[in-house]
Amino acid sequence: MTPTYYLLLSALLFAIGAVGVLVRRNAIVVFMCIELMLNSVNLTLVTFARVNGSLSGQVMAFFVMVVAAAEVVVGLAIIMSIFRTRRSASIDDTNLLKY
Amino acid sequence: MFTHAGLLLAAAPHPAGYVSPGETIAFWVLGPLALAGALGMLFSRNAVHSALWLVLTMLSLGMLYMAQQAPFLGFVQIIVYTGAIMMLFLFVLMMVGRDASDSVVEVLRGQRLWAGILGVGLAGLIVGIVARGLTAVTAVGLDGPNSANGGNVSQIGRSLFTDFLFPFELTSALLITAAVGAMVLAYTGRSAKGGKKTQRELVVARFRGEHARPSPLPGPGVFATGNSVATPALLPDGSIAPESLSEIIEATPVTEYGPDLAEVSDTGERVGARALTEGSHTESSYEESEEVRS
Repeated sequence: MTPTYYLLLSALLFAIGAVGVLVRRNAIVVFMCIELMLNSVNLTLVTFARVNGSLSGQVMAFFVMVVAAAEVVVGLAIIMSIFRTRRSASIDDTNLLKY
Repeated sequence: MFTHAGLLLAAAPHPAGYVSPGETIAFWVLGPLALAGALGMLFSRNAVHSALWLVLTMLSLGMLYMAQQAPFLGFVQIIVYTGAIMMLFLFVLMMVGRDASDSVVEVLRGQRLWAGILGVGLAGLIVGIVARGLTAVTAVGLDGPNSANGGNVSQIGRSLFTDFLFPFELTSALLITAAVGAMVLAYTGRSAKGGKKTQRELVVARFRGEHARPSPLPGPGVFATGNSVATPALLPDGSIAPESLSEIIEATPVTEYGPDLAEVSDTGERVGARALTEGSHTESSYEESEEVRS
């Protein structure tokens, strides 16, 4: 077992997240798939921090978490406001930026 | 706790690239769990189930961070991701789209198939590249940085406030922008489109015929034996008011309220004026109605 296995796991998670973004129709589930992709990249960063023996990778993963938190807040607010006007959380119904 | 971990790591120096058997076991337990969570999220129709599967994945990833000498990130992952972000997801799901399970209809023909092919291709590509490119790489390991100067947390804090100070300060700008943005997006004042109407505006709109009926919907029925929302309300002639029943709650059948109905519509056994003094009569009638009901 080498740390490469972690990279393989994160590659698989990233691919699953990408497929989810393409396949799922519920906007919130699509959002969760994006979160999964961010998480898999975090795993990569942590693994490379270990491979290189430097903590910079962990700090970057920390920044990714901060950005992900901000992104979730804004994204969920957008989904809420779209739901309020369109009465739907499906991404197929969202074909206009306004109304 | 972190310093203890650091001391333990420092006490047992390992050669570069050493992976302990405990970590190997942890990986082979947690890795498949994380994969199962991701696949469960992808394949479950219900959005709430998807969120719970993703919680499993994120918990496993947090523990994998801890196994990879990143205890601080592991705890942050569990607290921030599974504790805060996923619960925020669940809150929004409950407010927005819990009932609307994902539609099975394909809008673009063959989209699922192509997405699956793309996903398998992407996974194959990255796995192939990583597996071929990183075979000769030995991990240096974080024993040094994690044991020096107070361990993992201190070291991360040190580099946050020295090397990464400017990105860290930018983060605060990002967070405050996100907070303000969320407030602007989620706020609906009374005047805004889709905002709440006042009672007066609502009454005027109702009598203009903008709603299906001028009055609010009738409430549920209230009987001596039941006042739940599943109880239908009765019209003056004894029939059910269909609008008093909720669409999502299974209504109690009216036959259950036979004795109550009989009393209300004055067809059942009448209770005389002496009912209170002659306890036996009322008791017996009460028992009878109990029997009928059961």
